[in-house]
Amino acid sequence: MLKRLIPVLLIDRDLRLVKTENFKKRTYVGDPLNVVRLFNEMQVDEICILDIDARLFGAEPNYGFIAEFASECFMPLAYGGGIRDIKQAEALNKLGVEKFILGTEAMNISFVSQMVNKFGSQAVVGCIDHISQNVIKPDTNLKVGLCAKRMQDAGIGEIILQSIERDGARCGYCLDIIRSVTNSLDIPVIALGGARDSGDLEQALAAGASAAASGSAFTFVGDLRAVLINYPDYAEQLTISGHGV
Amino acid sequence: MIAVVDYGVGNLASICNMLDFIGVDCFSSSDPDLISKADGLILPGVGSFDDAMFSLTDSNIIPCLEDLVFDKHIPLLGVCLGMQILGISSAEGSLPGLGWIDASCKKIDVPAKSDLKVPNNGWRSVTSSKNSRLFKNIAGHSRYYFNHSYVMTPSTRDIAATFEYQGSLCCSVESKNIFGVQFHPEKSHSFGMNLLAEFARLTLESSVC
Repeated sequence: MLKRLIPVLLIDRDLRLVKTENFKKRTYVGDPLNVVRLFNEMQVDEICILDIDARLFGAEPNYGFIAEFASECFMPLAYGGGIRDIKQAEALNKLGVEKFILGTEAMNISFVSQMVNKFGSQAVVGCIDHISQNVIKPDTNLKVGLCAKRMQDAGIGEIILQSIERDGARCGYCLDIIRSVTNSLDIPVIALGGARDSGDLEQALAAGASAAASGSAFTFVGDLRAVLINYPDYAEQLTISGHGV
Repeated sequence: MIAVVDYGVGNLASICNMLDFIGVDCFSSSDPDLISKADGLILPGVGSFDDAMFSLTDSNIIPCLEDLVFDKHIPLLGVCLGMQILGISSAEGSLPGLGWIDASCKKIDVPAKSDLKVPNNGWRSVTSSKNSRLFKNIAGHSRYYFNHSYVMTPSTRDIAATFEYQGSLCCSVESKNIFGVQFHPEKSHSFGMNLLAEFARLTLESSVC
C-alpha cells in the first residue's frame, strides 16, 4: 500500500512561506503560490498549509489567498490556522479546502462533532503539538497517547503528531512516539517534525505512520539548508512506503 | 456543458477548478432550470450519508435530476459520497438513498491493530472492469486519491472498478448513463484530469445521439 508524503507549508501573517525551528526562528523560503505550483507539477500526494500567525492575531483565515492557492491545488488540500467556527470551515470548503486541521479546538467536543456531522470524520484532522511525551497543544495536562485517543473518540478522522523539539531540527522523527500512538489508534496518523530526507520519511512510515509530513525535507537540501523544492518521484515513493502493507 | 449539482454538500470549487483547467465547460448551480440545460451532471458529496440525503431532498433538485437521468438519459457522475447516495441505503445512516444503483454501503472492515486504517485515506491504484465505458481509455497504472470510511457493495454487473484494501472493494459503479467514483478525481492530478475528460467525452457522445 502506498503511504502518503505531505509537504507542509507554513504561512506567516504577511503571506510569506517560512520554515520554523522549534516553532521559533523563522527562515523565509519563498512565495507560497510559486511553491504550490512546483509541488503541483511534482504531483505531490497531498499538501498542508498552516497559517502560523492566525491564532496569535485572532484573525480570520485569509480567504482570498486560500482561494488563489486552492485553485492551483489538484491534490488534497488541508488547512489549519484559526478555525474555530463551522462557518469558517464552510467558507474554506467552498474555496476547495477539504481537510480542516484543528489545534486548540480539537479538544472542543461539541465543535468537533459539529464538524464531523457536516464534513465527515475523514475531513477533520486533529493536530497534537508535543515535546517528547508531553502535549503542549491542545491540552498541556495530557500525555500524547491519551490525547490522541480522546481525539479519535471525539470523531476526528486523522491525527497530526507534531514534535516541537524536532521542528526544523532535521534530526529524524520521534519514532518511539509514532510507534506507540499508531499502535493504539484505528485512525491514520501523520508524522511531522524532524525529517531531513527520504530516509527519515521511510522510517516514520515503517514506524506505523500512515503519512510522513515535512516542511524541511521538501524545501531544503544539504547542511546549509539551501532552498530547493523537491519531492520523490513515483518509483522512489514506492521504495519509501515499501515498509507498509 | 457539465453542471456540478450544488445542494450545499461537497467540494464544488475543486471540481470546477479542474474542469476549467482541462477546458471543459462547466458551472455549479442549485437551480433546476439551469441544471436542465446541461449535457452532463456531476453529483459531489462530502460528509455523512444522512446529511447529504437530507440536503439533496431539501433542495428540491431530485425530480429535476430524475427527469434528466431517466427520461433524457443525461450522463451523471457521482463523486465520493455523491456515488454512495446513488445506492439504496448505507450503514452510516438511516435515510434511504436515491436508489438508482441497486447497492448499499457498508463500513470498511479491517483487522484490529492493522496497518490498514479507516478512513482509507490516500492514493490507491484501481483495476477497471473490462466493460467499463468510463475507464475504457484510462491507462492501467492510474491512481487516485481516496478518503472514505464506507464502501458501496453493488452486484458485479454494476462494478466499473475496484481497489485493494483488505480484499477487493468497489470504487466505481456504472449502470447505463449513471456513473460513480468513490475516489476524488478532482484531487488526483493528471489521473483525475484524464478521468474527468473521459466523463466529458461520454457526455458529448450522448448529446450527439
